[in-house]
Amino acid sequence: MYNARPVCIGIVILVVLLTAPFWVGLFGKNYTETGVQTPTNHEACVEDADFMRAQHMRLLNEWRDQALRNENRTYVAKDGKKWEISLQNTCMKCHTSYKDFCEKCHISNSVSPYCWSCHIIPTEGK
Amino acid sequence: MLESLLVVLLIAAVAWIGSCIGLTAVFGIVLPYVAVLVFIIGLVKRMIYWAKSPVPFAIPTTGGQERSLDFIPYAKLDCPSSKFGVFVRMVLEVCCFRSLFRNTQACTFENDPVNGGARVVYYSSKWLWFFSLLFHYCFLIVFLRHFRFFMEPVPSCIGIIEAVDGVLQIGAPRFFLTGGLLLCALLFLLARRIFDQRLRYISLANDYFPLFLLIGIVLSGICLRYFDKAEIAQVKIFIMGLTHFSPVISGLDLNGMFIVHLTLVCTLLIYFPYSKLVHMPGIFFSPTRNLPTNTREVRHVNPWNPPKQFFTYPEYEDTYRDAMAAAGLPLEKQPEKKPTE
Repeated sequence: MYNARPVCIGIVILVVLLTAPFWVGLFGKNYTETGVQTPTNHEACVEDADFMRAQHMRLLNEWRDQALRNENRTYVAKDGKKWEISLQNTCMKCHTSYKDFCEKCHISNSVSPYCWSCHIIPTEGK
Repeated sequence: MLESLLVVLLIAAVAWIGSCIGLTAVFGIVLPYVAVLVFIIGLVKRMIYWAKSPVPFAIPTTGGQERSLDFIPYAKLDCPSSKFGVFVRMVLEVCCFRSLFRNTQACTFENDPVNGGARVVYYSSKWLWFFSLLFHYCFLIVFLRHFRFFMEPVPSCIGIIEAVDGVLQIGAPRFFLTGGLLLCALLFLLARRIFDQRLRYISLANDYFPLFLLIGIVLSGICLRYFDKAEIAQVKIFIMGLTHFSPVISGLDLNGMFIVHLTLVCTLLIYFPYSKLVHMPGIFFSPTRNLPTNTREVRHVNPWNPPKQFFTYPEYEDTYRDAMAAAGLPLEKQPEKKPTE
């Protein structure tokens, strides 16, 4: 092998970089569950759970537009039920804890929604 | 071209069908491990193969005047004569694609007023440079952004990248600029091969396939983020299971599109070491880029030259001294006088 020393150093650097996903994960914690606490005292959310899990950000975005830009504060769900468009009065009535609900998925997945640049982050014990 | 597209679509379809008929474990656990192994071992083997290949001639690319006499201006960046100069040029080449910046496009004028006939004109052409630079940097950022699924807790630098990337705050989840730009750049690189007649003539399946594969990966990724959403908390649990060598798949709700995305990425990893994409480590092994242009100062010896049988003049004289003395030839060392009786 020609230039064995730089080549070996290069190969080692490359392999270390390429295996980064494996050893980098070892520095932190494992992540086996989200730890989200869903409210127990209510039967259903605005839409069904699958939809909410995947599309809640889109729904909230739409609500923001409806409430603030169109002054429409009523949302009709798929099942025909009417809801008041309000983060604090509708969503957070059941999902009371920011820490046990929103934050659980958002922080560990590096999601930083801009809800809280207008709304005040609810404090614990409210 | 079409066959490359069909192969990519076929891989995606197989992954989709596989996820529908419950083969998620095959596509979600077996395939990623195999792909990573093939990728790393393939790359290392390739690099060792290159390192074992001798370089018979000094063939650095010269983009300017070589260093010679002091009063002749010397192109330090384009014709480096020292190892440090080579390092600087390599860094600039890898980070800025300077050689592509010099790209030209030949155009023919049928009736050129200057010389009254046909004439070839070479225009500077920066499109390829611009879009390949755009592609590589967007790909890098997209790659780095994915580390949020590999690390717990997510380091703040990834948050900063995401904040800058989504600075326009379009929609929710907010639109990442690099995702869109990556797709634009790839579509340009594809369109270039399709619509430029000369380029189309020399384009082969191994040019189109990586493009379609990357477009497939980008499209499925964009789809997962904005349309047919994957639940990222579940994705993270799945990925962290893979990287901690304790894969979890049952009980996770991974949609078909995610399996398609994952399978296409695994295809890319497997394909990478055996395709033109190995220019990633390859650029460092290219003798046109990693040799200093000091051909007037240092003699480059071909490593496969057989060892030479030297016969120096002193040895020659030692062998034939008596005969030479007898013939009256001039000698550096006179033969010892034989003791007279």
